[in-house]
This record gives sequence, C-alpha cells and structure tokens, in this order.
Amino acid sequence: MENRRRFASLIGPPSLYLFLLFLLPLGLMLVYSFRAGISGEAHDTFTLDNYRSFLTNSHFHRLLWRSALISLTIAIISSLLAYPLAYYLVFQAGRNRITLMTLLIIPTWTSYLLRIFAWKLILGSSGLLNSLLLLLGVIEKASPILIYSRSAVIVTLIYVWVPFVVLPIFAALGRIDRNLLEAAADLGCKPWEAFLRVTLPLSLPGVAAGFFFAFIPTLGEFVTPLLVGGASGQMYGNLIQDQFMRALNWPMGSVMSLAMLVAVLTLVFILTRISSVSDLVEI
Amino acid sequence: MTDYAVELRNVTKVFVSGRGAKTDEVYAVKDMNLGIPTGQFFTLLGPSGCGKTTTLRLIAGFETPSSGEIYIQGKPVSRIPPNERPVNTVFQNYALFPHTNVARNVAFGLAIKRVPPDEQERLVKEALELVQLADMGRRMPSQLSGGQQQRVALARALVNQPAVLLLDEPLGALDLKLRKAMQIELKHIQEQVGITFVYVTHDQEEALTMSDYIAVMNFGLVLQLGDPATLYKKPANKFVADFIGESNFIQGKVESITKKGIRLRVLDEVITAPVADINMTMGQNATFTIRPEKMMLKTRQRGSTEALSGSVQDVVYIGTDTRYIVSLRSGESVVVRVQNGCSPDVEQFNRGDQVKVAWLPEDVRILAD
Amino acid sequence: MSDRKLASPGSIYFLLVCLLLYTPIVLLIIFSFNNSTSLVFPLKGFTLQWYVMIFKNPELLKAVGNSLMIGFGSSLVATILGTMGAIAIVRFKLAGRSTFLAVSALPLVIPYVIFGVSLLILFNEIGIKLSAFAAGLAHVIISIPYALLIISSRLVGFPDNLEEAAMDLGASYWGALLRVTIPICSPALLAAFLLCFTISFDEYAIASFLVGTDATLPVYLFSQLRFPTRLPMVVALAAILMSVTMMVMLFTEWLRRIGQSPARKG
Repeated sequence: MENRRRFASLIGPPSLYLFLLFLLPLGLMLVYSFRAGISGEAHDTFTLDNYRSFLTNSHFHRLLWRSALISLTIAIISSLLAYPLAYYLVFQAGRNRITLMTLLIIPTWTSYLLRIFAWKLILGSSGLLNSLLLLLGVIEKASPILIYSRSAVIVTLIYVWVPFVVLPIFAALGRIDRNLLEAAADLGCKPWEAFLRVTLPLSLPGVAAGFFFAFIPTLGEFVTPLLVGGASGQMYGNLIQDQFMRALNWPMGSVMSLAMLVAVLTLVFILTRISSVSDLVEI
Repeated sequence: MTDYAVELRNVTKVFVSGRGAKTDEVYAVKDMNLGIPTGQFFTLLGPSGCGKTTTLRLIAGFETPSSGEIYIQGKPVSRIPPNERPVNTVFQNYALFPHTNVARNVAFGLAIKRVPPDEQERLVKEALELVQLADMGRRMPSQLSGGQQQRVALARALVNQPAVLLLDEPLGALDLKLRKAMQIELKHIQEQVGITFVYVTHDQEEALTMSDYIAVMNFGLVLQLGDPATLYKKPANKFVADFIGESNFIQGKVESITKKGIRLRVLDEVITAPVADINMTMGQNATFTIRPEKMMLKTRQRGSTEALSGSVQDVVYIGTDTRYIVSLRSGESVVVRVQNGCSPDVEQFNRGDQVKVAWLPEDVRILAD
Repeated sequence: MSDRKLASPGSIYFLLVCLLLYTPIVLLIIFSFNNSTSLVFPLKGFTLQWYVMIFKNPELLKAVGNSLMIGFGSSLVATILGTMGAIAIVRFKLAGRSTFLAVSALPLVIPYVIFGVSLLILFNEIGIKLSAFAAGLAHVIISIPYALLIISSRLVGFPDNLEEAAMDLGASYWGALLRVTIPICSPALLAAFLLCFTISFDEYAIASFLVGTDATLPVYLFSQLRFPTRLPMVVALAAILMSVTMMVMLFTEWLRRIGQSPARKG
C-alpha cells in the first residue's frame, strides 16, 4: 500500500512530462492528419484527403523508398566498419579497452553540425584537401569531391554513426565467456572457425542492436541532406520539414510523419524481439 | 502477568500475487500468537520460507499484518511506520551506508533525532567500544571485513537504545569460526545491554547456543515455544524433534496404556515408554523418538533398558564419535552415536553384526505428528 | 594474454578511425588561430582576432546565452525526472514499470524530426510561443532516457535495502532518499546532468523547428554557414565548443569511473 503510493509519487512526474510532451503531441499529430487547411487551422473538418494524397503521390513514395535505402546502406556499412573496431577493443586491447572506447566516443559528443561543417571545409573545392593536393602538385585543378550528392550524405552519416554502433557490439562481445572459445579450441577449431562458429553468433544480438540504432533514427534525417545532400541527396525528412516550414501544409506533413512513425515503431518492435532492453542498459 | 516487550495477537500475513483470476495467495504467517518477554534473547528458528523473517519484518514495520495486532511495550503499533517504532534492525547484508564513514553510519539514527553533536560523539564512541571497534570510526565501510561490518551494523542499531533489537540472520555470511565467536559475543552483549533481542536463524545449533527462548516455526505457525533444553529434550512433534538436533523415529502400535507406562509393539517386540502428555488410544499408531546419543548397541538386552533388534548397516568414524547406522527388523533405520574411548566395556561392532539397539526408558518421547 | 603487437591490423584500423574522427576537430582548432579568411594551406600566421570577433558579435552571444540557459534548464529537469524514474524502476517491482521504461527509452530511437513537428503542433494548439524555451521543453524529452539509464546503472550496484535501513533508524521514506540514496548517486547525477547539457547544447534538428526567432547556438551556426567572410569566426567558435565538450566528456567519464561501486570496478 505504502509502497504503491511511493512508487506512484516517483514515477508520476516523469510519466506526466512524457505524456504531455511526447505522447500527447503524437496524438495531436494524428488528429491533424485528418484536418484540412493551412497549419490545420480548420478545426472542425474531418477528411481523408491527406491520406489519399499521400498514398497516390509517387514523389513521396520514391523519396520514402530512397530514404529507406540510404538508411539501410548506412546501417549496414556502419555495422561492418564498427565490428572490427569492437572486436579489436574487446579481444586485443587488453586493459586499455575502456579508455580506448572512451577515446572513440568523445568526438561523437562534440557538435555534429560542426564536424560536418569541418568536413565540408576540408573536402570542398576551396577547401583543405584540394589546396593540399594542389600544393603538392598532385592535381591541377580543384574539384569538389563528394560534396552535394547522395553519396556525400551516406558517407557523412556513416562517419557519424560508426562510433555509436561500436557500443552495443562492444558490450555483446565483452559478455562472451572466454571459456567458450577455449572449449572450441580444445575441440579442434582453428581461430577463424572459432570466430565464425562461436564469437560471431553470440555477438549477433549486439550487432542487431547497433544496426537498428543506426537505421531507425537516420530514416528521419534532414539536417545532413541540407548540408551536403544537394538535389539528389534529399531525404524523406526534408519532405516533412518542407510541409511544415514552407508549404505550411501541416495536415499533409502529419500524415507523412505518421507514416514514418509507424515504420519506426515496427522496427523498434522487431528490435525488442531480438535483443532485450536490459542487455543494452548494461553498458 | 509477564512483561512482554513484543506481543503478536492473531497476526496473519498474506502475500497476494498475480491479477484477476490468477491470484496466488501465500500465507507467510498464520494466526500467530506470540509473546516475547522483556530482556530475553529470543530466537525465531525454522527452515527457509517458514515465516520467521516475515514475522521479524512485521515487528519492524516493513510489513503490515493482514489481520491481527502487534504490540510493542504494550502499545499497538500496526499503524505506526517503521521509523517511529522503538525498534532497530541488524540486517543480513548489514546495509551499511557506503558513502559515509563508520562513525557517521553509527550516528545516523542519532542525527535524525537531532541529538547534539558532542552527545552523538560520546554515544558513538561507547557503541563502538561495545562491539570492539573503538578505533575504526573514520574508516569507510568498504575498508572493513565482513565481521567488522556486522559489528558496525550492530553498533548502529544499539546506539539508539531501542526497546527491541531485531537481528535477521546476521551471521550468515561469516565463516564458521568467526560465526561461533560472534555467537558468544552477541550473547554477552545482550546480557550486558539488557535489551530484548529477537533473533532469526535457520541454524538450530546457533539457536541453542545463544537463546533464552526459542520459537520453532514452519509454514507460518509456531510449532513449539520453549527454552533450549526443553525443546531438545521434549520436542512436541516430529518436525521439532527432527529440526533440533538429530532424532531417530520409530513407528509402533499402542498395545496397552497404564499409569506406569505405555507398551508399544514394534513387529514382534514390545517396548515400554513413559506416559505421554498427549492422548493415546489403544491400537493407535504412534511415533516415538530417541536421540542418537541416547542409544546404545549391545549384543543382548540387559536389565532396565528397552531394546529393539537389528543389524549394523554402516559404521562411520568421526573422530569424537562412531556412528552406527542400524537397520531394525521392522525395516526402519536408526543412527546410534557412541562416544569413542570413554569406557572400556563399550563394544565395537562391524557391518553385518546382529545387535540390540538399547536405551533407557526415560529417554523416549512419544510424538504427536 | 592475446597478442599485443603494436602494429596488428586491428590496432592500425583503430588508429585510422581515431585519426578520421579527430582530424576535423584538430584542424578546426589549428585554423581558428590562422590569419586568413579561407581554410587553405599554407598557414598564414597566428592570430586571435577571430576569437575576439566572437565576443563582439551580439547576435552570437545572445545565441550562446540561449543555449546555456536551455541547456542548464533542460538538463536540470531531465536529471530530476530521470532520477525519480530510476529510483522507481530499480527499487520497486510494481505494475507499470516496464511500460514506463519502454516509453521513456523510445526517444532514443525516434527521429528528431518527429519531435520537432509534433511539438510544433502542440505548441500551436495550446498557444506556447515558439522560442528557445520551447526548444528547451523538447530537450528534456530527448535527455530523459540518458539520465534514466545513467542513474539506474549506478543504483543497481548498491544493496536494495539501504532505504529500509535508513527508515529503521528513524528516517521517513523521503528522508531516506535524501540522506542516503541521492548522496550515493551523486557522481551519476552529475554525469547525467553534464551529458544532458551536452545533448541540448549541440541539438539542432528539433531546435530548428521550435526556436522561432530566438536562436540557439546550433541554429545560429547553421545560419552562418552560408557567409564565407564569417567563416573564420565560426571556426573559432567551433574550436571553443569542441574543446569544451571534449573536456566535459572526459570529466564525466572520469566521474563515472571513480564513482563506480567497488563490486563493479573494471
């Protein structure tokens, strides 16, 4: 009795805040999706027009599909690049593994905008790399490498996400009982066999977690496309931003956001089936 | 009327889990009536899950009774929260506060009552001296050994001079030698301080060593209440007899009941037992119990002893004693403990020997089941 | 133990990645002192003029002020709410616990654009003006999961009956939390606060929707990226921000380390 009251007093305020500023807005967005008019001002309308538009607009679909592919590419490549890092840290770095892990993570906490900005400066046509190459006589004319394109978006986001993806893989690999590997060797496995048969399978929940951690949020990316995407690098998030900030068609934007939300929640659900939240908290 | 420090009247505690149709009710304590006399070392003894810890927590106030009432020093306390009861607890895991040193841990209760600082210092010093940790005030709990932490926990509780001190299996985490030393120390401290101690343990030897009174519990009920000697010599039922010390149980059929004794038939042999303090009827099946050390092995029955026939199954030498496991003709197994080297006319037996297991009539008890 | 050759493929790869991660930061810092308006080699002499320019720019300073305020405010709220939530989920095993954990962890994976637009709708409906404050309200939501995880991580390492022991000695439940639980969590509280501050301070996506005319630093920075003459000043600012963030993160990590309960060291 007393316990329940205390629990309620403790969990009440954060729950209330989350409800008012997280769940309620999502509910409102749902309501807005059925409205008409600029900024959803026509309060008494109920219409399915927005949904109809969304479902018939091939431009939207194309962009949604393109964004999904971009995010998928980013997630896959990040995971592939992150795995050897995590493996190195867990199995070869010895005592220093946590320090080195921290070293890897620190840059990711510095401003994301600034780092992308820095790379733009470095890779741009009047930027560092070009001037360096010109200086060294390697090239004769400056050229904008990888700026303002879909590849630029992909490369940039991979750059940002790899350290984040390392974390859950690092945790999963760290939890593997070394005795298992010794047992494998004892039973005749060569090192690469032991890796394929023991280490890799046991680390898969962590890999899955890292994969989804990179995949899900990047679905809604719009900042990176604005910075380095150019025309071909626009993503679904940019469309949404457009609807709200320029076209001022909030109902349409709501429908689009809801579509993405549904996709996100589905993916989150799949993620929870693969690895439990408590595993990830262990970090 | 006896002066009770703690009284439980018709106390029941039910734990309900699950929801709707699938609720599960566990009766941790069932209609318990218990009086704990003031100034005594009182122990709640029983196996895991018997309700002893729940009873302790009910007294402390961490659980509220589902029905019934608890009295501390004559006053009903069920509505009073734990921090207002004149009771302090020594926890099994010590629960020392890791972020402050020993002295401030001990002073915690005093600080809350806003005892003036110099008074606090004096009381803390006294308490630490009582538990023989006089110079450890500035150390942090993590720097102490298990035994030392336990003593800090004790000091922290005692310094508040509670009416009742509750101890929840405090010695469980210590190694054997330390545990035995602490048992004696705790007993001395209780005698010195004079506070009522309510001690919980599953270790019957520990209970017998330290207690003035023991309540043997199982399934949420008190099965027998008494001082160690009584419980040992006159267990009220099979559970108590089996739980405290070691016991042999033999089945027999009541053949006759006279003022001098009860005759019980075990297969083709008859033995006589003293009159029992429970009702017996003719032809009834009864269980009687004898302690292994009260049994003797003979080749023939002699004189005033009672005996049953059997053959030696196993001989185990344990330094101080020899244990014989004897299979009776009736099929039951009994353990006979013979002290080694005490008298020359104690015979040695081997496996397979046909023997008579004998005892003095007064060492038998007939049990209610 | 296993091979610790300095030049193993694993360590070379790791080094390479670290190089890639730190290069832009280091380069920015170097060029912030460079006496030139363009980011090209060769270096043209040491100057502090760009740093001085920062302090002469009222717009910039106002944006910094806004970011500091909402960073501080949102971290405070997120840390407090996260602490309450952490105590609730670690110490109590009651119904509602896992739902709460799930909902409070969701912001970790939901794209920020969704927060931006849904809150835009909410604030419009209930009449809250778009401002730095509005962005601050949003930042609490994205910070709560981090605070929650850091503090529960710490709480889990301690015996679960410390509050009971305190109450046994005379403290009320809330008194026990204040006298025992909170002090024990203090390194985690600070670490959580600092992490939430960093998140809020650098956050652009949500802020871009909610700040209105009240720019926060990232919003201001973004707007400056089109002006080439302002470039060096932005670079100097970037240098300051990144260095400060790195030092704060190092400090936080150090805190986390020393504060770990003895049973879980290493």
